[in-house]
Amino acid sequence: MAGDTILELKNVAAHYGRIQALKGISLSVREGEVVSIIGANGAGKSTTLMTICGIVRASEGAVHYAGQDITRVNADKLPRMGLCQVPEGRRIFPRLSVAENLDMGAFFRRRKRRIRADMEMVYEYFPRLRERRSQAGGTLSGGEQQMLAIGRALMSRPKVLLLDEPSLGLAPIIVKQIFDIVQTINQEQGVTILLVEQNANLALQASNRGYVLETGKVVMADDAASLLDNPDIRKAYLGE
Amino acid sequence: MDNAFTFFAQQMLNGLTLGGLYALIALGYTMVYGIIQLINFAHGEFFAAGGYMGVILLSYMAGAGYMDTHPWLCIGFSLVLSMLYCAMLAMAVEKVAYKPLRHSSRLSVLLSALGMSIFLQNALMLTQGVYDKAYPGGIFGAPFEIGGVIVNYMQLLILALTAGLLVALNFLVFKTRVGRAMRATAQDKVMSALVGINSNRVISLTFAIGAGLAAAAGIMVGFYYGSVRFEMGFVPGIKAFAAAVLGGIGNITGAMIGGFIIGMVEIMAAAYIPYGGEYKDVCAFIILIAVLYFRPTGIMGENVDDTRV
Repeated sequence: MAGDTILELKNVAAHYGRIQALKGISLSVREGEVVSIIGANGAGKSTTLMTICGIVRASEGAVHYAGQDITRVNADKLPRMGLCQVPEGRRIFPRLSVAENLDMGAFFRRRKRRIRADMEMVYEYFPRLRERRSQAGGTLSGGEQQMLAIGRALMSRPKVLLLDEPSLGLAPIIVKQIFDIVQTINQEQGVTILLVEQNANLALQASNRGYVLETGKVVMADDAASLLDNPDIRKAYLGE
Repeated sequence: MDNAFTFFAQQMLNGLTLGGLYALIALGYTMVYGIIQLINFAHGEFFAAGGYMGVILLSYMAGAGYMDTHPWLCIGFSLVLSMLYCAMLAMAVEKVAYKPLRHSSRLSVLLSALGMSIFLQNALMLTQGVYDKAYPGGIFGAPFEIGGVIVNYMQLLILALTAGLLVALNFLVFKTRVGRAMRATAQDKVMSALVGINSNRVISLTFAIGAGLAAAAGIMVGFYYGSVRFEMGFVPGIKAFAAAVLGGIGNITGAMIGGFIIGMVEIMAAAYIPYGGEYKDVCAFIILIAVLYFRPTGIMGENVDDTRV
């Protein structure tokens, strides 16, 4: 099922001022996979995604995507290369309408008809968004904002989708809906997904493989099923 | 017609003209603030630079005789060229004085802006001299009268041009792709980058548009008052800043409304308050202080924020 490696981090380090957030992260994602990064608060999960996207600059190491070194590529060039992030906290544009927010996802695309077709597709995935399309993004509920954030990312027709804490602050039933959609996106559209989650159980169940991060380092990497069975993991991250 | 009414109508017209000019300048403050939260104290200098570029071009064309044969073409040409010049000047100022400080404290950038203002004003003085430069006159013909109100063609041109520019700006910001990029960048720079917007380019463009509008105001002021002076950017700049704050800083519609209110209040104060003419400059600042005291978010700020950049 999984194809060639599409995203690879080689010994990536990153700093916030003098604080080192990532201490040499290496990981890889193959085409078509769902891979999750789990770990406690402050382990460096979000920083890893922000470093991949070039928002945080890697101070050491390299990020390769689709055969290219993107370590020094500006963040705004990546969406058109098919690498797209749904960041932590959704970051909906609060004063743009739902439809405008979706449009922003397709910002770099030119073909209006295809953009409209994709917007239709997003509305099929999330009918709630269609009902609220002319409402300001900032007025949506947390779950709706998460749907909008994912929808906006889909509007860029990503090959690889980086998802940061999609379950954060949402009711369990909404979380289930979101994860169902994520799996649909992976299976129907073949979008590769790198998922960051604090909810390790949920994440690993939806994934092929997982990486465990602790204080800026990868401490374990395995198939999701094996991680779920691992007694240490169960104790540390699955609340047993 | 009633005398008091004609007098009032006359003041309305004057207030509207002046207000339009303030609105054009205020937009630059508010757009830049909306996008990088900087009060660009050098903004008034773009207005002055526009006025000077206008007088230089117009004098040259007048000397060559084109002003007599094609006055409107000359005005249009110098207007467009001055706007472009100031747009480029503003982009250069942003690159040199603000961009390197993008991640510094807001105070550093503010000081850099003040420094830039002093620099630009002195550069204008040193290159263009300390004396007033006169705009070519006699283009617009004699004023005419409607129901006792004296209207001159210059005022009509200012009103029409102001209205045109405001409509064009609204269209650009709220109806185009570039405008969406500007609004998105103002709301969340990180997310804008994540959807593929080059925020440096958007910031540059915002400075350019603001300065272009100020340049247009500079030329019109040159025509209206007949001359320009190197320090002309200072007082109107601060009044326009007051207008932007009054309207709700960061809000485009607010800056337009604020500009018209400040212009109108100033004219009305001069007309109706005894010795008001001597105190008219104080009005803008009284309004500024009152707004900061009673409603710091301004007319359109925060509560009705869907028209923010």
